[in-house]
This record gives sequence, C-alpha cells and structure tokens, in this order.
Amino acid sequence: MTVATQARARLRGQPPRSGWLVGRGAVLRFGMAVTVAMVAFGLVLLSESTNPLGTLRVMWDASVGTEFGRTEVLVKVIPFGLCALAVAVPARVGLINVGGEGQFYVGAWAAAGAVLYSGLPGWALLPAAFVAGATGGGAWAALVAVLRVKGKVNEAVSSLLLNFVAIQFVNYFVYGPWKDPRGPNWPFSPKFPDAAMLPTVYGDRLSIAIAFVAVGLVAMFLVLRYTRIGYHARVVGGNAVAAERSGIPVGRYLFWALVSGGAIAGLAGMAEVTGIQGRLRPGISVNYGYIGFLAAWLGGHRPLGILFACLLFGAISVGGDSLQLALGLPGSTVNILMALILFAVLAGRKNRTQVRA
Amino acid sequence: MYASLGEVIAQRAGITNLGVEGCMLAGACAAYIVAAETGSPYLGIIAAFAAGGLFAMLHAFLVVTRGANQLASGLALMFLGLGMTAFFGRPYVKVQITPLRDYAIPGLSDLPYLGSVLFHHDVLTYAVFPLAGLLWWFVFRSRWGVMLRAVGESTESAFAVGLHPARIQYAAVTFGGALAGLGGAQISLAYAATWVENLTQGRGFIAVALVIFAMWNPLRAMVGALLFGGAVALQLQLQARGVGVSPLLLDMTPYLLTIVVLLVWAQRGRDAFPAGLTKVFRGTG
Repeated sequence: MTVATQARARLRGQPPRSGWLVGRGAVLRFGMAVTVAMVAFGLVLLSESTNPLGTLRVMWDASVGTEFGRTEVLVKVIPFGLCALAVAVPARVGLINVGGEGQFYVGAWAAAGAVLYSGLPGWALLPAAFVAGATGGGAWAALVAVLRVKGKVNEAVSSLLLNFVAIQFVNYFVYGPWKDPRGPNWPFSPKFPDAAMLPTVYGDRLSIAIAFVAVGLVAMFLVLRYTRIGYHARVVGGNAVAAERSGIPVGRYLFWALVSGGAIAGLAGMAEVTGIQGRLRPGISVNYGYIGFLAAWLGGHRPLGILFACLLFGAISVGGDSLQLALGLPGSTVNILMALILFAVLAGRKNRTQVRA
Repeated sequence: MYASLGEVIAQRAGITNLGVEGCMLAGACAAYIVAAETGSPYLGIIAAFAAGGLFAMLHAFLVVTRGANQLASGLALMFLGLGMTAFFGRPYVKVQITPLRDYAIPGLSDLPYLGSVLFHHDVLTYAVFPLAGLLWWFVFRSRWGVMLRAVGESTESAFAVGLHPARIQYAAVTFGGALAGLGGAQISLAYAATWVENLTQGRGFIAVALVIFAMWNPLRAMVGALLFGGAVALQLQLQARGVGVSPLLLDMTPYLLTIVVLLVWAQRGRDAFPAGLTKVFRGTG
C-alpha cells in the first residue's frame, strides 16, 4: 500500500476527531454511560423524595412506550437533527459552529417573512418559506464565515455571540412591526394561512420536515464519502495547511461549509414555524441550537451517530414534558439527565493524554 | 460582573467555561434557598460561592483530568444548572426572603443625580470594585499571576519549568465558578430578590462576551460591565424620554461591539488571547 492510498484510507475511515458513538464497544460503553447517568439522576430525584423508578416509568411511557410518544420523539428529532447537522457539516472542515441557535432564529424569521409578507399565492408559500429559511440561516452564518475567512475572527466565538443578536432581532420584529394587529397584544406574528403549513406525514404533529433530516443525513454521508468535494472537505478538516499547498481553495471550503451549516439550521427554524408553531413568536427555540451542538458532538459528527444522539435527546425531552403533566415536576428537570449522560460520556471517553502534574 | 471576573481567571489558565450560566444559576438558587431557610442573606452568599465553585469543579474534572472537550462540557454544565435549579428551586418560587440591604454611603449618596446611582447599593455590588482591582494586581503583578498566565499560554512549558498546570487550572476554574456563583447571588438576593426558573437569562453568556471584549483584563472587564450595564440604563432613560430607539436593538450592542473588538485585533495581528485558549477554539482542545 502506498503512502497515498494509506492516507486516503484513513480519510475514508476516520474523521479527524472521532466520536464516541462509533467503533467497537461503542454500544457497551454508551450503555454504561447512560446507566451511570440514570442512577445519578435517580439519586437526585430521591434527595427530594421523588420516586425515581416511578419517574423513569412516566418518562418511558410518554416517549418510547406509546405510539403517540414515539411520534413526539420524531417531532423533536426534526430541530435536533437539523441543528446537529448544522454543526457537523462545518465540523468536518475543522470549524466549530456554536451559532445554530441564531441561525435557527433567523431562518424562522425569514420563513415567516416569506409566508406573511411576500404576497405570493398559496401554493408558492411553502417553497418560498423553504428558500427563505435556508437563505436566512445561511446568510447569518455567512457573517461568521466572512469574519473568519477575511477577518480571521474565531468562528466559535463570533457564532456564539451572534446567537444573542439573532434572538433580539426576532424579538424586535414580533414586538414591533410584525405583531399581530388583531391579536390580544401578545408578541406574536399573525397566524400563517393553512396553505403555509407543512403537511403532516403521521398523526397531527409530525410534519414532512422529518424528511429534511433524513435527506440531510444521507446526503452528508454520500457527499463526504463519494464525491471530490467531500474528499477535499475532509482534507481541509484534517490539515488545512497541507490542503492549501495541494491547491485546494481552503477559504472557499470554510466559507461554504459554514454557510451550508447555517442554511440547515435555518431550515430547522423554517420547519418549526411552518410545521409546529404556525406563527413567529419569541422563544421558538428551546436551546435547540445548543442541544444540536451536543448531539453532533456526541455522535462524532457522523450521520449515524447523530441520528442516535438525536433520538436519545428527543426521547429525554419528550419524557421531560410528561413529568410536568404527570408529576408536577418542572419540565427542565430532564436537563439534569441530559447533562449527566453527557458528563458520563465526557468522563468515560478515552481522551488524549495531557501534561499532568 | 462577578461572572466575567471569574471567567477572566479561568480563561487566563487556558480553560473556557461556557457553563458560567450554569454556575450563576447554581449560585443564585443556592443563595436563595439558604437565605430562605436561615433567614440570612449573608449565609446565602457563602452558599452561592460554594455552589458555583462546585459546579465549576465538575467542569475542571472533565476538562483537566479527563481531557474532555471544553465547549461540550461547558454547554452540558449549563443544562445541568438549568435542570438542577429548576428542580431544587421549585419549592422556593413563592417564598419570600430578606433581601440584601442597600447601604447608602453617608454624604456621597446625597449628591445630586449621581449620588443615588453610585452610592446606594448592596454589599456585593460595592465589593466587586475592589475585587476587580485586586484581581488585576493578582494576574499581572503577583508571582501567582505569572504562574497562572504561564499555564494559560502553554501547559507544556509551564510543566517543564516545574509548575503543576493541572492544579493551577483546577484552582482557576473553581475560583471562576465560585465568582460566577456570587454573580448569581447578587441577582437572586439583591437585584431581583426573588427566585424563578432560569433567573439569570443568559447573563452568563454576556460574561463570556465581556471577557473577550476586555481582552482578559479584570479592570477592563469591570469597565466593560459598566458600559454594558450603562447601555441598559441608557435604554430605560431613552424610553422614559420617548426617544424611538427600540430597547431590543440596543440589547444587541454588547455582542456586536465584542465582535468589532475581535475583528479589530485580528487585523492588527495583536493577540491578547491566551495561547492555550486558541487550541480549544481551533478544535484541538
């Protein structure tokens, strides 16, 4: 085997930072991490004299145990999965996108704008919202990309900061110009017409946007593995200097990876307003961008890993909503469980050795 | 303000803590619970210091001992803070506490205009100003500060000259979290004097922005915090006078300003970034 083919084999197999949910023994390790986290979560519940088994039972029944619950999990996979893809695509060229939250908001804003104020006929509303959502999210990420490529500003920092700008930007519109004039003075945009709502594929709430996630994951896999663009992207992610020397336009790859990530997060925003909410309002994203970041990381920035991570987080999050109804616990109690799982994974992972005292 | 001072120390040691938000929440909630149970807001302050420190210690363990991804660990810490405080704080949502008293400084507080703004505050607010100065001295003028900055620049060389980078990072991150806890306590005990879920509402992230804005200098962080706080106050003033600037647009300015600052130094090639940190942000950390 020549050096070149070896290098290529490595590139085909392993991304530069391999994830935790992949490789041999992954299922076992992951099962252990989840078990440890569950036990710790149970102890937390016990300390306030809440029955841990009963609580887990309620969460199970609400999420995985019933057909309705399973559908709800998939409903959550839409924003989680798209936001995770928005992180994973730039991650493969070595960029850290912490800006999913902001790109989500701007995508939702642009989609809402297209639906409410474009004056298009009914049949054209959804395609317009789709394009607008992707463009909005992409444009927001393009700011980060330009700052990074032209201005040498670190993308992790700038994308994080722009999240808060995006949230205020959306707030400005829903409290101001876009507030529903006939509404009860709440910061809501007018309701979308029915023609602008995504069709559901199962039950009342699971919209066709679940297909965006599926297409996105498969496309990411195919592009990375079988195309020249994907190959170049992996080279850039592996060693940007080497890529530059061998004539790959690194800046262009960095730019477009971030923009496509942003566009995907923007689609998540579009799917939320046209699939679930039916209007633009503040707080449309419940930390989806950050959960997506963690899901992408947990899944090792690979399609299959991301899918599993999103299903897991989806189940936890749906379970959390049920706690509020069934047991009167605050819904964000499940954030404890999610954080504990991540901690267990973070602590259990074999990490590079460090200089240690 | 406390939170950003704490983050300055942690980042100087080369560790980013995106979980400041979690530490602040833990501090705010712990302070409130203790204050409600014992009736003493001062015991609450101590609890906040401890709770914020404990939270940050978890981050330090994962990042320093286990070499985990700092951004992922920090975000997870934020979610832990959200969940824990919602869970343990719930019984206290409608409980009243004795808030920290505002003390007027005799004489000065009677000055027109500025008097009541500058000299009528709770102890935590007063204490932050000398603290900023002290930390500045600590970071730039003391032996320990040199050690701290050395670790932040390069753990390897710090190790080579006989320091214990891991210990120093632990101390810095924990202390940073403890200060963030105090920041939370200031909100729950004095500013809002009440507890609700997610009380801090993203202030932890403002702290992270401030640290960058201030180029890792405690005194500048102070000035930045006052500026950002001033922007909020200005908003209220403008609104009161009916000037048509949307407060929501003004809320964006801290973040935009920070980005401008980043852009400016990236152009000048100046690098106040502790070198150890760039590793994190370039993804090798």
